[in-house]
Amino acid sequence: MINALPPAVILIVGALLVPLLKGRLKQAWMLLLPIASFVNLLSIPAGTHWSFQFMDYELVLGQLDRLSLVFGYIFHLIAFITNLYALHVEDRVQNIAGLAYAGAALGVIFAGDFFTLFVFWELLTVCATFLVLARRTPDAFGAGFRYFMVHVAGGLCLLAGILLHVQQTGSVAVTFLGLNGLASYLIFIGVGVNCAWPLLHTWLTDAYPASTVTGTIYLSAFTTKAAVYLLARSFAGTDALIWIGAVMAGFPIFYAVIENDLRRVLAYSLINQVGFMVVGIGIGTELAVNGAVAHAFNDILFKGLLFMTMGAVLYRTGKINATDLGGLYKSMPWTCAFCIVGAASISAFPLFSGFVSKSMVMEAAAHDNLRLVWFVLLFASAGVFHHAGIKIPFFAFFSHDSGLRCKEAPRHMLLAMGLTAFLCIFIGSFPQYLYRLLPYATDYQPYTVSHVVAQTQLLFFSALAFTLLLLSGIYPAEIRSVNVDADWFYRKGGRLFYTLSDRIFNGLNSWADRIFVRGIPGALARFFADPGANIQKSVAHLTAGTSGDLAAIDAAIERRSRLGAYPVGIGVLLAVLCLSVMSFIFFW
Amino acid sequence: MKREPECPDQQVRPDGAREEKPGIFDNPRNVQRLLQGFYSCVVILLLVDLFYHKHALFPWEEKFGFYAIYGFVACVILVLVAKYILRPLVMRKEDYYD
Repeated sequence: MINALPPAVILIVGALLVPLLKGRLKQAWMLLLPIASFVNLLSIPAGTHWSFQFMDYELVLGQLDRLSLVFGYIFHLIAFITNLYALHVEDRVQNIAGLAYAGAALGVIFAGDFFTLFVFWELLTVCATFLVLARRTPDAFGAGFRYFMVHVAGGLCLLAGILLHVQQTGSVAVTFLGLNGLASYLIFIGVGVNCAWPLLHTWLTDAYPASTVTGTIYLSAFTTKAAVYLLARSFAGTDALIWIGAVMAGFPIFYAVIENDLRRVLAYSLINQVGFMVVGIGIGTELAVNGAVAHAFNDILFKGLLFMTMGAVLYRTGKINATDLGGLYKSMPWTCAFCIVGAASISAFPLFSGFVSKSMVMEAAAHDNLRLVWFVLLFASAGVFHHAGIKIPFFAFFSHDSGLRCKEAPRHMLLAMGLTAFLCIFIGSFPQYLYRLLPYATDYQPYTVSHVVAQTQLLFFSALAFTLLLLSGIYPAEIRSVNVDADWFYRKGGRLFYTLSDRIFNGLNSWADRIFVRGIPGALARFFADPGANIQKSVAHLTAGTSGDLAAIDAAIERRSRLGAYPVGIGVLLAVLCLSVMSFIFFW
Repeated sequence: MKREPECPDQQVRPDGAREEKPGIFDNPRNVQRLLQGFYSCVVILLLVDLFYHKHALFPWEEKFGFYAIYGFVACVILVLVAKYILRPLVMRKEDYYD
């Protein structure tokens, strides 16, 4: 037995102690926890640890191999960076949710069995929901609620798959599954929800821009990447992933071009980048999986950096729509510089981190002769430069001067952004350090003359297209608007379902209320209040036809009834009526 | 629940432009210079294509200017499709979901 703790424990237990601390002490605690957790992780040797029997199954809290470890390293790194960026946050909901969220992500990737994995998987959802709700605006409440509902549905799908899988195989181990049979399809789709697959992706573009300044940074790092990890573990080489990934890489860039909220632009480009990873996992060769994992590592950093710079802009100006921003390079020069580094990294400029990982996936696709996929990925590479590489820095920091003047971002935010920017350039310039961490040994060489020139040409001519379109006025002006996406189906569809249910069921209900509760008993009560008179009246009405004064006859009947002036008693009348009806039925 | 202010020490001064020194891009000549530099880079990059041996996995990668043309055309198509096809289909008023 080893002396270390299971990887997820320090952050989750540490999060629970946050309410006891405040001020500087809490800040130090937030920064020290990821470091302590990282040191703890380093002290655990590779292999399987903390396994114990639960009923008939073996639960494993620590399955450490090269694949899980590389995710473990980057999750610690981004947890530290985000905590540094969020040092000013006094809101305990965010402090606790952020730390526990990182812990839950560690729990997912180091879980050796599906039951443990599922528990941490759901904890991810809960923590993320609180990070969205913590903004405390009506928009955030709505988005947080939708986030929770979608992920609970995805989680149930995953759970159903896990239970079926355990039933069929008797094994709970998190290993390679592949697509065979209902159980694996359910797990596949459950993971796909967290991975933001096309049509299942709208929780991401809905909730991430709705979260707090700092919450979005946590959100951008963990949920999708934990799903990428699980795909790499259980579904590497599944052909369907190639096409799913290609669509993910392609369609969001169109939305990103017309989107006004700059954090939502980044959310779309997050899906686009995860698309590259999913393609890599789908191809499944050593180079491709290495590329997917390396790209996940880099994406956490450069996407985190871009979200941090936009967060700083939102924090200082209170605005995030492209229509409201512009000209901020004067007020926030450092943030602007870090944003450009993030933009260069996501666009895969040579010497920046995206270049050394995206190219692995592209090359793996070419090796497998996947021509169409290769063209889509190349299109996505040009497109991501267009919307994330140029649009984000240009509309926030340059473009027309919005007149906004604000202070530069606070020092701890600048430190966090600076550290991330440094890492983006460092990994881009010295990729061998990242390559050493990858699941498979590799001697991949990204810096060939062909590759550098080709990529630079691609990017510069994309920039040329942007410049010419902008100068000619063809580039679409930013407009305050909502762009409907697949979430229309549950946002409008949900409302339609609600309205329809309201009409149908409440209509049925009120109809039944009118007829059976008020109508029939009322009529019966009125009839039996004076049955003799009522029968006479009905008969008189039937026989009178249109002639005769009905009102006078009714009045006469009522008067006789009140005075009891019948030749025979009412009881006898009813008995005779009843007998005649019965004999009529009997002899018919 | 208490709502945390989004921007506690926000100092937005819409009229601030009057009292500060102009930024480098406020001078149109600087923008012109930047653009000229950029156009020169683009031309040089295209010419570089003639002078090195390409290591290609697909045959079309060896054609002159393949990446340059693809990057340019891809972005033009991207913008035109987004503007003239996607936007009319999906754009709604800001309060569409309210």
